[in-house]
Amino acid sequence: MIYFYAAMAVAAWLFLVGVYGIVTSRNLIHLCLCLVVVQASTYVLLTAVGYRPGGIAPIFADVKQTDKAVDPVIQALMLTDIVVEATVVALLLALTVQIKKKTGTLNPDKVNLMRG
Amino acid sequence: MRHPGRMGIFFTGAAAVAALYALSAIRLPGPEDVRGEYMRIINGECVTFRHVTDAVTAVNFDFRGFDTLGEEFILFVSVMGTLVLLRQTDAKPGAWAPDALSPGRAVGASDALRVWILAMTGPTVLFGIYTVIHGQLTPGGGFQGGVILATAPLLLYLAESFDVFRRITSHRYLEIVEAVGAGAYGVIGLLALFRGREFMANIFHLGKGGNDINLFSGGTIPVINAAVGIEVTAGFVLLLYAFLQEMLERKEAGS
Amino acid sequence: MWFPPLPVVIPLIVAASLVAIGAYLPRRVLDLVACATAASVFAICCHLVAASADQPIVYWFGGWRPEHRFALGICFVIDQAGAGLAALVSLLVLAAFLFSWQYFESVKSLYHALMLVFLAGMCGMCLTGDLFNLFVWFELMSASGVALCGYKSEEFGPLQGALNFAILNTLGAYLSLTGVAIVYASVGALNFAQASASLAAHDPGGWLVPIAFLFVISGFLVKAAAFPFHFWLADAHAVAPTPVCILFSGVMVELGLYAAARVYWSVFAIPLAAHSSVTGALFLTIGTLTVIVGGIECFSQRHLKRLLAFSTISHTGVMFLGVGLLSADGLGGTAIYLLGHGLVKGGLFICAGILLHRFRSVDEFELHGKGRELPWTGLLLLLGALGLAGMPPFATFFGEGQLADSARRHGLGWVSGVMMLSGILTSAAVLRIGGRIFLGWGLRRPFDSDEAPAIPMESETHGGHRNTPGTMWLPALALIAGAMAVALAPSVRIAALRAAHRMEDTRGVTDHVLLGTPMAAVPEVHIAPALGELWKPAVNVACAALLALAALFPRALGRARRAVVHAIERAIHPLRAMHTGRVGDYVAWFILGVGVYGAMLVFGYRR
Repeated sequence: MIYFYAAMAVAAWLFLVGVYGIVTSRNLIHLCLCLVVVQASTYVLLTAVGYRPGGIAPIFADVKQTDKAVDPVIQALMLTDIVVEATVVALLLALTVQIKKKTGTLNPDKVNLMRG
Repeated sequence: MRHPGRMGIFFTGAAAVAALYALSAIRLPGPEDVRGEYMRIINGECVTFRHVTDAVTAVNFDFRGFDTLGEEFILFVSVMGTLVLLRQTDAKPGAWAPDALSPGRAVGASDALRVWILAMTGPTVLFGIYTVIHGQLTPGGGFQGGVILATAPLLLYLAESFDVFRRITSHRYLEIVEAVGAGAYGVIGLLALFRGREFMANIFHLGKGGNDINLFSGGTIPVINAAVGIEVTAGFVLLLYAFLQEMLERKEAGS
Repeated sequence: MWFPPLPVVIPLIVAASLVAIGAYLPRRVLDLVACATAASVFAICCHLVAASADQPIVYWFGGWRPEHRFALGICFVIDQAGAGLAALVSLLVLAAFLFSWQYFESVKSLYHALMLVFLAGMCGMCLTGDLFNLFVWFELMSASGVALCGYKSEEFGPLQGALNFAILNTLGAYLSLTGVAIVYASVGALNFAQASASLAAHDPGGWLVPIAFLFVISGFLVKAAAFPFHFWLADAHAVAPTPVCILFSGVMVELGLYAAARVYWSVFAIPLAAHSSVTGALFLTIGTLTVIVGGIECFSQRHLKRLLAFSTISHTGVMFLGVGLLSADGLGGTAIYLLGHGLVKGGLFICAGILLHRFRSVDEFELHGKGRELPWTGLLLLLGALGLAGMPPFATFFGEGQLADSARRHGLGWVSGVMMLSGILTSAAVLRIGGRIFLGWGLRRPFDSDEAPAIPMESETHGGHRNTPGTMWLPALALIAGAMAVALAPSVRIAALRAAHRMEDTRGVTDHVLLGTPMAAVPEVHIAPALGELWKPAVNVACAALLALAALFPRALGRARRAVVHAIERAIHPLRAMHTGRVGDYVAWFILGVGVYGAMLVFGYRR
């Protein structure tokens, strides 16, 4: 089960390092990519949750159905997760493009209407 | 002006969250006979009862197909949202005359590169279609194949110009295709209601006999899969279209 | 069994059709189709409320009923709480569509399509009985919400608001997904009932369950604007188009709270039963902090929409207090309060929209005295302020009475004091801004170096601004009148309490979902006597009026009292300094909040 704890540690690391990137970011595009890093932590975690040692892909085209396959439910969840990521990033980048057009800067700490 | 204590706040919280991860990890994973039951049932049933060999596709479009309906509409709404956010709020009509676009050549592609890219476009389309329609048999499906298909116009943009990209991906037409792809999923789900079954029930012919597994087996699964493939292709091309148009307009404006 | 999937499926299909053919339809047809869709969803939800009165409806998508107690598919578990909330959602969407009848030029049909998908996502969240499905609808709601929030992308304000909204909510959603993954890694179940039964039967021990619970609800806490996850809300609500604000403040925020409560009672209540006091303390802490921060910030604003946004935060705090009582009557009181607050807040945001339509501004000082032309709008705003203060016959009064009664019986009498604080501060803020705009009272510019942001706004509407069209004020009137009428009949209050009892009967719901066992009858419920509580709204309104007058006419206070005011202002300055508008700060607070609340649970659950 050592793989699981390693994956859990990687997931925690990716989550926190991504959030660190967001907290310190001086560029909105960098910030969007840091959000992708945070999301990567869920990929790692889900992969580890669905993995079974020695398991094959849950596709039974050329192999007999056996218990030695990994979890297809988790893979379906990950597919959803990936779509969510792609779409959120598209929306955020669209916002970023417009912010750059309006303000001329990508630094999220530079322009601000919402203090107080 | 950032909050003066920002980093202190972050590191305190991060240490605690790391501890939470560690404390939950030491009790995981749960016993295999408990946490593996869902997987065992799905892996056991997908071939015999659903006539598909890709268990992931069976989960996506049948067992948990309702999730995928939501997922498809997340993509749909994000594409629409991106179009709204990137719309030309101050564009003059007619600014998109083709001659205005001649500097739309993406990169200074050499002839060798252009020939190679153009030669790759056909196989890319073919591979995308293959990936979509074999979704219930081999790895792949509407989402994966759709993304591959959406790269084909992008290749044309890289080899030729935005003008070519725009000519083959008429914006208006694409929106309709995307909406039809997304709506079709819901409509197929509704059909089951007219048959007196639950929403999204697999009402089409699954396949003959026990081992009849082919491109058309699996009942509604290949149909929904194809609808998703269409929606994803159109959606991603629309996204590329919106961002490219935006970028080129700025290049045009000289900023 | 036609109806259960329709509140989600109909708006989705209509949205797709509008995108396909909307460009060829005139604007009025789009408006009509959108209104008709929202109205039919409302009718279906009302039908579901009636149909689930006896037993909750369990609807298995694709016909995947549980085999051998194992849930393979996704189900909707429709009880009166969920269906009722979905009905409120669709009603407010209808009001928003009516308001936008005269509204900005929409980009082809995209505005209507986005709103309808937003409606579908919210209905899905209300009705679902599956952890991952909840995440899917949550994300659908967030994605369409972000797009709607940044709709006026030609201004900078909406872009910044939408960006803060998107980043905070996405982070929260990822942490929720992490929690779902932890639950699945432990017991391999995603269905609420299945997960609850498995977690109870195979207790993983340690702190796994409380941590998984915290991770799962953290996304919903962000959506519900719980302190310190609330910063994005004020930014987003201040700048979003008015019809969208009606939904954001009226129901979207409350849906976060609902999802947290639903997940607690459907999944975690039994595994966490031994330490329910810790969970209750967590919610009570969140509620108290949120009430205070939201109330103070609300009173400090000059931008009407931002002020209303902070008032929403404060009132969500009240609802967290109600959930934190962890009892059926507390939850029922929360439901009544939520109903009243959603309707009142929707009406108030429409008033802000009318001001924006007529004067291109919602700034307290810019509009000084200009509202004299609009006495009726001013009256609606006044009524709304009374509703926020919990005045009878508003539903907030009955909800607060029920909550106070429940709190007293749990030995938590202080809770009703905190709830009063929320009513006083938020209604004082609305009274003050109303006094300045509609009566021309008070100073024309900020008294001293006021720090509240004055966010530039552009008009959202085209055409003549000489009058207020009926499609604008009628929905406001209807919502505020509805908030007054809805809980007058004791039967509505009894129904809310019965729905809360059903929602809390975790074991009964689990067996009902997995085995089909009918749920036991709801015990006799007692609505709290309301008349004895009448002094509270009187005190609330009196304090609010005094506070508002003091803020309007600071010179009348005299020097000594003014010194006190300045001392208070200095004391709350650090609180206001937290709201920097920087998304990096907000994310740092988010992590700190998760960490601190997690530490609370871990230390509380020491075995």
